[in-house]
Amino acid sequence: MLKLKDIHTYYGNIHALKGISIEVSKGEVISLIGANGAGKSTTLMTTSGVVPAKRGSIEFEGRDITHLPPDKIVKMGICQVPEGRRIFPYLTVAENLDMGAFLRKDTAQIKSDLDYVYDLFPILASRCNQTGGTLSGGEQQMLAISRALMCRPKMLLLDEPSLGLAPIIIKQIFSIIKKINEEHNTTIFIVEQNANLALKAAHRGYVMENGVITMTDTGENLRTNEDIKKAYLGI
Amino acid sequence: MRWINITLGLIFTGVLGFWGTREVISDPVYFLELLLGGITRGSIYALIALGYTMVYGIIQLINFAHGEIYMIGAMTALIVASVMGLWGWNSAVIAILAVVFAIVYSCAYGFTVEKIAYKPLRNAPRLSALISAIGMSLFLQNYVMLAQTPEFLPFKSLIPDFLFWEPYAHIITSVELSIIIVTIIVMILLGILIKFTTIGKAMRATAQDKVMAALLGINVNQVISTTFVVGSATAAIGGVLIACHVGQINFFIGFLAGLKAFIAAVLGGIGSVPGAVLGSLVLGISESFFTGYFWSEYEDVFAFSILVIILIFRPSGILGKHETQKV
Repeated sequence: MLKLKDIHTYYGNIHALKGISIEVSKGEVISLIGANGAGKSTTLMTTSGVVPAKRGSIEFEGRDITHLPPDKIVKMGICQVPEGRRIFPYLTVAENLDMGAFLRKDTAQIKSDLDYVYDLFPILASRCNQTGGTLSGGEQQMLAISRALMCRPKMLLLDEPSLGLAPIIIKQIFSIIKKINEEHNTTIFIVEQNANLALKAAHRGYVMENGVITMTDTGENLRTNEDIKKAYLGI
Repeated sequence: MRWINITLGLIFTGVLGFWGTREVISDPVYFLELLLGGITRGSIYALIALGYTMVYGIIQLINFAHGEIYMIGAMTALIVASVMGLWGWNSAVIAILAVVFAIVYSCAYGFTVEKIAYKPLRNAPRLSALISAIGMSLFLQNYVMLAQTPEFLPFKSLIPDFLFWEPYAHIITSVELSIIIVTIIVMILLGILIKFTTIGKAMRATAQDKVMAALLGINVNQVISTTFVVGSATAAIGGVLIACHVGQINFFIGFLAGLKAFIAAVLGGIGSVPGAVLGSLVLGISESFFTGYFWSEYEDVFAFSILVIILIFRPSGILGKHETQKV
């Protein structure tokens, strides 16, 4: 479904991605793990077209999207929940969700999707007229995921969904990620520092170091791999 | 130190209040005239200030060419009205068509200025875009001067003196009344646009976080263009109205009006739409009282003094926001 081939991305003179290749099939949950500054977020930003790749190609459902602007890529069905959630602080919860459905015209379907996300996260329904900036970190993460779901994405990119959240909320978020994958057959690509959690949730995983992919296997195999255990799981 | 400030403030307010009350009681009609004159003036500032504040809100640029867009609106209306006047058309038709043409031309200029002068500098340092804006302003002034005339042109009011308003016309003229009413209508429409429509929400979202807006499929360039077009349209309406009020225009009217509206936008809190309206009314009314009760020659000095005082004591303006972000 999504194919990154030999992607090179630069920030000015900094060579952030040094020829990475990733392949994601429909309906999969994929995790990308790695240390700070390995290039995980850059991988997502390059896929979304915010930081365009200098070399290499990105293919989505057989179409080349390497040089498309971000809004065209969203139109094709890839939606990202970026690092730090980036809720619109002065828009209300309901308006934030409206913006998720910006490209859609099917009013009736949008309404039922809205009920669906309010059902997933009832706290959002009770806060629908509050501005986004007044929510707690966990609520903002729920809103960020809901907003992306309002896009009706074929593929959901999640950047550090666990960042700064209490363990109980993290658990809730990951169970909902799983639910979204199972109920809508949405392909999910998670970037995480919390390697254990991310690999547990994923069908397959990639390990990234200094801008290159160093290892790939099923989530279970990576989790039991001795090197990974030492480097990322702290066991 | 704090109690000194409070005491001084109280004494100042008390003296002003006492003196003001005496003036109002001694000549209430004059007071009312000044107040309504101030609201009229503030309405015009508001129509221009909206463009400044909306553009600042979305790309953090002070669009110094905005005053020229307003001048172009007035010029277009003058040309259209003169030509149609020669054809002997009905004056109501002329007024409507003149305003429509003014809006269309101003929007086209606003749109083009953004594409030529600001879009290529989107990722450049902010100073570059500011210099580009000043350059654009000078260019448009001189372009209109060369293409039209450096002289003042008489502008025959497009708004007739309403008969039913005759008894009150000594307090506020038909033109002033129309200015206030049109401004209120424009504000309400704009409020609806920004608050409730999808493009309005997209404008606010883009102003808050451009990358996130793009990640939700919003075409950021299109939203920015729309902002310039909307701002230009309100400025054009302001240009036509003020031309009817003053009765003459030239290529330079945009300069001072633009600066005053800019002061109003800063006073209200640049980037805030309600702030621009409030700042404009406060500036217009206080200017009107200042010229009416003190010295009319120092009108502009007064406005710029307000700018300096605001920048020293409350740089974020009356309704300015403080950024807070949660991690």
